[in-house]
Amino acid sequence: MASAKPRVKVPKKASQGEVITIKTLISHPMESGQRKDKKTGELIPRRIINKFTCEFDGQTVFSCDLDPAVSANPYLQFSAKVDQSGTFKFTWLDDDGSVYETEKKIKVN
Amino acid sequence: MAKMKKFARLSALVTGASVLAVAVTQSALSGEDSELVVEDIKFVTKAEAPADHPLDEIISGWRFRSDETQALQMDDFDNPAFTAVDYGEELWETAEGTSGKSCASCHGDASESMKGVRASMPKWNESNETLMTLENHINWSRKEHQGAEPWKWESPEMLAMTAYIGVQSRGMPVEVSVDGNAEDWFKKGEELYYTRVGQLDMACSNCHEDNYGNMIRADHLSQGQINGFPTYRLKWQGIGSMHRRFKGCMKNIRAVPFKPGSDEFKALELYLAWRGQGLSVETPSVRQ
Amino acid sequence: MTITRRQVFGLTAGTAAFLAFKPELSFAATDKAEDAIKAFTGDAAPMEGTVALDTPEIAENGNTVPVGVTVDSPMTSDSYVASVLILADGNPNPAVATFHFSPMSGAAEAKTRIRLAKTQNVIAVAKMNDGSTYIDRKEVKVTIGGCGG
Repeated sequence: MASAKPRVKVPKKASQGEVITIKTLISHPMESGQRKDKKTGELIPRRIINKFTCEFDGQTVFSCDLDPAVSANPYLQFSAKVDQSGTFKFTWLDDDGSVYETEKKIKVN
Repeated sequence: MAKMKKFARLSALVTGASVLAVAVTQSALSGEDSELVVEDIKFVTKAEAPADHPLDEIISGWRFRSDETQALQMDDFDNPAFTAVDYGEELWETAEGTSGKSCASCHGDASESMKGVRASMPKWNESNETLMTLENHINWSRKEHQGAEPWKWESPEMLAMTAYIGVQSRGMPVEVSVDGNAEDWFKKGEELYYTRVGQLDMACSNCHEDNYGNMIRADHLSQGQINGFPTYRLKWQGIGSMHRRFKGCMKNIRAVPFKPGSDEFKALELYLAWRGQGLSVETPSVRQ
Repeated sequence: MTITRRQVFGLTAGTAAFLAFKPELSFAATDKAEDAIKAFTGDAAPMEGTVALDTPEIAENGNTVPVGVTVDSPMTSDSYVASVLILADGNPNPAVATFHFSPMSGAAEAKTRIRLAKTQNVIAVAKMNDGSTYIDRKEVKVTIGGCGG
């Protein structure tokens, strides 16, 4: 089984002060906790990505609290204003305690 | 007991008839006239059918979807199926089985070696003396060349690999061979397409040939083309195979479905590929 | 008097139908949403406008509905959008997501894909750094496909 894999789209370059668009997606079932196992009739326990954070050089730019109503393979698109070159760090937190991370550098002139 | 059976059959007939009666011609969904361009590839989503074809024009399922659904396929990042393509690319490089070889060990760069492969599937295989789908080819190669266990039809690995190999044919015309040894399979598929099944007593053709373009309740009926599989279905919130969709359709008609990988579905796949000739491969597509 | 199986079936079906359409239940969903809005705004009534939802008129499938929100704001350290709460008032639980912005966001806009159980209102409540709140509601029609497929 493939573990939750994040995908992130960040422009490689930007001008100073530009507002860029960042797109993120992570493969995850976002098990809501409302579904029943077809064979046993038992409720399938909830397991979702409950938090997403985007930091730039250590400062939080954007974050999102996710509830079970977010579709599987959660997609998040948002903006960031870049004033200097640096590194974006993206973090997803799973109900089960797992943490998924990825980074992207951007060059700002 | 007999009364119950008669009632069930009658209600099924009435339901079936009213379902068709409710179908209303509509042009409200603006998706029909859009053009599909992704990453500079121009897709043929509408083509004139050849002379011996039961339809006048061949239309991709993409055209029947709402603006929002269409948009999801028009950008490779917005397209949620690409996590599967990424996984497929990873698997391509992974050593498997007793051989310690990866797909790449023999096939090198997939963008070269796999170009056009999905566009011609399924096809007759001489050495195995049977019709083989892309899944069949993958599992055969795993066994023969890698000494690896076969992947289950709907496993994340098989879906990822068919998506990854499929995308190498993206934009190319669907083109299958239906003569010679494939002819019997083609005829079987055609027969299945037009055979009524299930409690609702309907054939594929009743919706996808007689009523494409119409609304069935709130669903915009397509021609049932398969040029985009494996597809990311919004309903499934995930990627799925052709045979999974065939199975779902049969269940909706309240028929006992054939099994994914069965001869029946393989034959149907060949016939449907023939019905879609001229359309571009859209794998991995996004559908409702 | 013997009760026939048909009568029992009819009674059960009737009761089930009644329970399914109990009027209180549909109000409960929107009540939960109203409670969630109050909890977010601190009991204040949010003002209309400034925040705008971008939702489809008809969701082709309720399992994956693209939703966007934008808030009109200069996004400077003096005046910026702190959070936007997204609710779906017809879902079993109205909470969908909460977006947290900062002056580094540049623009208060976000997009995601959500699950809608049926036709209902998607609600966005924006909270500024000064505590003022704004609201937008959009109805999204959610339908079932042809063969239930």
